[in-house]
Amino acid sequence: MTMPATVAELVRTFKANGRIVIVGASLAGLRAAEALREEGFHGSLTIIGDEPYEPYDRPPLSKQVLKGWVPADHTKLPRLRELDAQWRLGVAATGLDRATRQVRLADGEQVPYDRLLIATGTRARQWPNRTEAALEGVYTLRSRDDAARLQQALVARPARVLIIGAGFIGSEMASVCRELDIPVTVAERGSAPLVGALGGVIGKIATEMQRDHGVDLRCGVGVSSLEGDAGGHVRRARLSDGSTVEADVVVASLGSIRNVEWLEGSGLAAGFWGVGCDAGGRAFDINGVVTDTVYVAGDVARAPHVLYEYQFLAMEHWDNAVFGAEIAAHNMVNLEPDYYPHLLLPGFWSGQFGVNIKSVGVPPFGDEIVFTQGSVKERRFAAAYGRRGRIVAAVTFDHGRWLEYYARLIEQSAPFPPPPPGWDRPDDMNPIPADFPEPGVPTAIPDVVLTGHDPNERRAEFRPRRR
Amino acid sequence: MRIVVDLNRCQGYAQCVFLAPEVFQLSGAEALTYEPNPDDARRLQVQRAAAACPVQAILIDRLNGAERSVTS
Repeated sequence: MTMPATVAELVRTFKANGRIVIVGASLAGLRAAEALREEGFHGSLTIIGDEPYEPYDRPPLSKQVLKGWVPADHTKLPRLRELDAQWRLGVAATGLDRATRQVRLADGEQVPYDRLLIATGTRARQWPNRTEAALEGVYTLRSRDDAARLQQALVARPARVLIIGAGFIGSEMASVCRELDIPVTVAERGSAPLVGALGGVIGKIATEMQRDHGVDLRCGVGVSSLEGDAGGHVRRARLSDGSTVEADVVVASLGSIRNVEWLEGSGLAAGFWGVGCDAGGRAFDINGVVTDTVYVAGDVARAPHVLYEYQFLAMEHWDNAVFGAEIAAHNMVNLEPDYYPHLLLPGFWSGQFGVNIKSVGVPPFGDEIVFTQGSVKERRFAAAYGRRGRIVAAVTFDHGRWLEYYARLIEQSAPFPPPPPGWDRPDDMNPIPADFPEPGVPTAIPDVVLTGHDPNERRAEFRPRRR
Repeated sequence: MRIVVDLNRCQGYAQCVFLAPEVFQLSGAEALTYEPNPDDARRLQVQRAAAACPVQAILIDRLNGAERSVTS
């Protein structure tokens, strides 16, 4: 038999009889399952999710759901095809044994696999003081249940909401509070809202936007403690500058934690920033060797990116979940040379205070910014981020139609400052420092992060040199 | 029925807002919000909105509400 025939036969047999397990039943898990069937995979397909719900979309939770327009259970994701899958919902995966190729579930069951997709995503970082976090009226926002509870709390018209952390979710929640005419205080440790993701120049604009809409925004302060009343309901927060805020709803918006604990002992390159994998979604083990059976997609994946010096990029972005899942699914049921790369230019959006903020690329990779179109004063503009004479990212406020133009330039590593597309030019088009926080300055972690080159947790056992 | 809008792709042309105003709304000049699980009675309206979207950002479920039951 010729080699190509052997490979084709292997692929055919696997597609007919293989066993695939997907851990994670959110956007990436669902789209991967659909893509596997589209690829002609007819074997057994099991989808494991710790939440009791079928896959739902998370971006609406901090916007139309919180506002009360859309019920929290109305965010179920559309199904693009029949799956014929075994769903194990409401039961978390608690362990992975790569030697016997089994996933261990919280109820003790072992699920065998031939190929495994890790799509366990992230969870909300909780308020660190457990006693204070347990006070009634203290919330986080990540899941559908979180959104339902917080929305109910807003319906009760609290006297004041305190949001801790002014990243995208925190800022969106503040926007909803103002739309509902609920007094809101935002406490941010960094110098401005969105500063970790978009830098201080844009952060200053976000600051003005929040204050214009009546947000009591306090930057450069942390929340030291939360205090409850005799009934165990939160009443006030003490800030690091000595001031206090009276609030009966407190939302900790402190970013996310990647769900990798269940992989402990599995020998995979899993850690704080997620599970290391190649650009085709194949997981690395702790030695930095790529595996052939374990794949990663979505928020929990970190993979080297060609545009950013091959540093490992972690992206908590919607389209990273969709496209990463499709690529991983393709590669799970194919062999070399038919692997696809997941080469995605990062992109996200955020609706807040009536403005559509969109971005492409990795803004914190840049150190300069230039406004290229529109008007900062009118809060409709485009700006580009540069590093060493190359464009690496762009951001728009109500100027999303121009983002494609910048995306193409970024993909080509075009010169910075970039040529503006020809009209609506701002008066000042000189690059200025983008003013990102120094590493180590506490602020919200941006949801697209360059995590360096090291794929493992330094648990590798080094082989002694031969004499 | 179930829909999702790829808001990376959406450019705020608002054709959907004109065709199905109970399902799609603009918040400000460009930021789209929508009801992800609208009533089935609006299916035709939503399909028209999806067809009219200049950037084809609206994804509609293809199982016509006949999704399989999810077992746990």
